Amino acid sequence: MEVQVTVNGQSHSADCEPRTLLVHFIREQLGLTGTNIGCDTSSCGACTVHIDGESVKSCTMFAAQARGADITTIEGLAADDGTLHPMQQAFMECHGLQCGYCTPGMVMAATSLLSENPSPTETEVREGLEGNLCRCTGYHNIVKSVLAAAGGES
Amino acid sequence: MSSVGTPMLRKEDPKLLTGEGKYVDDIQVAGQLWMGMVRSPYAHATINSVDASAAAEAPGVHAVYTATDLLGMGLWIGPLPCAWPVTPDMVNPPHFPVADGEVHHVGEIVAVVLADDRYRAADAAELVVVDYEPLPVVASVADAVADASMVHSSLESNKAYHWPLIPDPDALEAAFANATHHVDASFVQQRMIPSAMEPRGVLAVPSPHGGDITLYSATQVPHILKVMVAATTGIPESKIRVIAPAVGGGFGAKLNVNPDELLAVTLANKLGRPVRWTETRSEAAFSTHQGRGQNQRIELAADGDGKLLGVRVHLDADMGAYMMLITPGVPLLGSFLYTGVYAVPAFGFTCDGWFTNLTPTDAYRGAGRPEASYAIERAMDILASKVGIGPDEIRRRNYLAGGEHFENLDVPSTLTFDSGHYGPSLDRALELAGYGDLRAEQQARRDGGSTKQLGIGMCTYVEICGLAPSRALGGLGYGAGGWEHATVRMLPTGKVEVVSGSTPHGQGHETSWSQIVADKLGVDPADVEVLHSDTAISPLGLDTYGSRSLAVGGVAIANACDKVVEKAKLIAAHSMEASADDMEFDGGMFSVAGSPDKAMAIQEIAFGAFTAHDLPDGMEPNLQEQTTWDPPNFAFPFGTHVAVVEIDEDTGNVELQNYIAVDDCGVQVNPMIVAGQVHGGIAQGVGQALWEGANYDEDGNCTNPSFMDYLVPSPTEMPNFTLDFTVTPSTSNPLGVKGVGEAGTIGSAAAVINAVCDGLSPYGVTDIEMPATPQRVWRAIQDGKGGAS
Repeated sequence: MEVQVTVNGQSHSADCEPRTLLVHFIREQLGLTGTNIGCDTSSCGACTVHIDGESVKSCTMFAAQARGADITTIEGLAADDGTLHPMQQAFMECHGLQCGYCTPGMVMAATSLLSENPSPTETEVREGLEGNLCRCTGYHNIVKSVLAAAGGES
Repeated sequence: MSSVGTPMLRKEDPKLLTGEGKYVDDIQVAGQLWMGMVRSPYAHATINSVDASAAAEAPGVHAVYTATDLLGMGLWIGPLPCAWPVTPDMVNPPHFPVADGEVHHVGEIVAVVLADDRYRAADAAELVVVDYEPLPVVASVADAVADASMVHSSLESNKAYHWPLIPDPDALEAAFANATHHVDASFVQQRMIPSAMEPRGVLAVPSPHGGDITLYSATQVPHILKVMVAATTGIPESKIRVIAPAVGGGFGAKLNVNPDELLAVTLANKLGRPVRWTETRSEAAFSTHQGRGQNQRIELAADGDGKLLGVRVHLDADMGAYMMLITPGVPLLGSFLYTGVYAVPAFGFTCDGWFTNLTPTDAYRGAGRPEASYAIERAMDILASKVGIGPDEIRRRNYLAGGEHFENLDVPSTLTFDSGHYGPSLDRALELAGYGDLRAEQQARRDGGSTKQLGIGMCTYVEICGLAPSRALGGLGYGAGGWEHATVRMLPTGKVEVVSGSTPHGQGHETSWSQIVADKLGVDPADVEVLHSDTAISPLGLDTYGSRSLAVGGVAIANACDKVVEKAKLIAAHSMEASADDMEFDGGMFSVAGSPDKAMAIQEIAFGAFTAHDLPDGMEPNLQEQTTWDPPNFAFPFGTHVAVVEIDEDTGNVELQNYIAVDDCGVQVNPMIVAGQVHGGIAQGVGQALWEGANYDEDGNCTNPSFMDYLVPSPTEMPNFTLDFTVTPSTSNPLGVKGVGEAGTIGSAAAVINAVCDGLSPYGVTDIEMPATPQRVWRAIQDGKGGAS
């Protein structure tokens, strides 16, 4: 079936099976491999993207369900000139990533969190990211990154 | 200005933050076939027959191979390797990538589908019909020890080996005979599912012109994998290129040689088409090895003051169904550390390795050392309560060298600790924790009848890093050396190219190595390019595990830089018509002693070495040096961790309120990266203490293989960590570095469980098994209160 979506401001149309998960569609049909897959139970959040402004685990829906949607992936976060998004910059400066595998999902979830709550407390950051797992950082520097990004934006 | 010691931001990050990092599953190649694994649902069974006809006719299926087909195709000239036969008579049943007539754990591969995409491969795998005859299952170490049924029908006992380390049996006997206090404690190190966020994946690509094959793998060990692929398949080493692209965490789980890797490479080679596979998370409990899995018994003999006289340890270690690369050696990596940071006159250790019908075990962050640290540090708390002194005091009374600084100290487990200084790490940790105030609050809560008990636990650990002196590994029966290789070349433009044999998967090697080189050569770290993880670019290496990268690989790079400077000095002296003995080198500039106006930059010399127009007679062109560093000794990082927990009497929930870690990994290259390593390590140890563990039923089924049931800690369960460091340089290498990748994990499980037991002491609880889940804690409280439930 034909699925048309707008991803990072660009319209894409591709053929896929009705059962194709959105994350596989993004990665394999559209070739945007920044969005990662860390589990098969919608537990880890590595595949988090924004759909019409909301953060969504892209393994929890079929590509067909996203028809016509406006999707932002990690590839669409930095400015066109390559300047990192403040959240990406904060993750870099606070050492909020190590292996980088959870990072795209973590950054997407974190930007969504700040759009809903621009000045979260540490507890609110932890609760807001509860659906995203990281095995490297113990979350200490991820939380620090998000708080730094919030501070920088306010 | 020195770059080493500064928290330089990571070179790796921009790519990883923008989705540009390429992990194995991100690499797409034309004509690729996906493997779908048909896995055994039985832990132990005979395979009567396999009917692949329906699968073979399914849409998008290229081929289906049963185990019989595959074993008959001559793909492998030998079984999967075990590089560590720990005793000459160790039992090691043959282990091929697919089961040969009998399956020995749930998830063992019995057939392989090749299909056009991952969906079709999974569909077709479901259509393969296998007729099994179930056999009795050995589902735990206890079952294995009973020896009532065999893990492999071919075995006569489930015992794989017996390994003793008893330097002086008479002294050990005497120590226990003379003891005033005797601690006899048993602990269970539950099986852990390592759970690197990137699942393992593999992609084998034959070259279009034939003959060569490139294997992309989510591996920590591309160099070892290359050797082992050659040894097991007969494909000449020179025809194999292994690439570990971006790798999303390893923690030991990616240091093996796996069935999927050998299937992909041989099928791709045979078919002339790319073959790939990526494990699903729920599959990983069967397709990737697990960690820990030990039943420990530790005995302490102490005098009336609590001073240790002897330590005696026995392990029953769970190998799982097969010996993987270093399965049998993992428990033994801890053997030397069961005396911990303490002066112990007499020591004895024995380990029995047992097969079970479960997923094989192998290295998981710390590999043997967290287990050792846990046992001795839990036992020390028990001793403290027997003696009637605090956990801090029992430690102080027993620290090696009285807690003072030492270097090159022999310990009874036959090792020589490079350096240590344990007293200050405990002092600082307790100070940061506000130990006195915590004890006061704990008492106030107890006095006030609070249902929220406070528990305070501590652990002073020591670990073995910098694996390893090759001779020491040889003595232990390990099948390889422990050196690391480095090449440092200055390019004509003045940039520096570093080729390292160590293989990062999140540790930030490109950054740390650049810092070392920047200082050594006097160049900008931005001008240093670090190449790694591709055997065609970096042909020599022994990869990344055991906190070895800096203490072995980093030192190799530093030594290669020294050789570059030595050669550059000769060129500079020649160019400046001075004696090499008069040359000085500082900040990237060569100058003649006493003539500061004459100077040449190392970049200028690099260009001169490239053009070779005017080199000293007999000197080879180019400025490039390589070294292989084989360390003379291990490095022994240490530290003290303090955990503060609040235990809800009504629910049994344990909340980690505060965590203080004072670590000493010797000289630090990048303190930001060091802290990050400690953070992550702590989280994994806390996970083992409180939530994680692979559960198996009596039929050998893992009942919590997915992230729905296997509780990797989430952000809400972790507190912020309070870190500090002491710096006691290692004497094992010229940089004074030790290693920090595993430290957090080695210190944390014991600190947390000591805290839980401390908090539960009013209920008479003296021990609790990991993970200390709310149910277990609640049950312990009820039992302590008198059995009401």
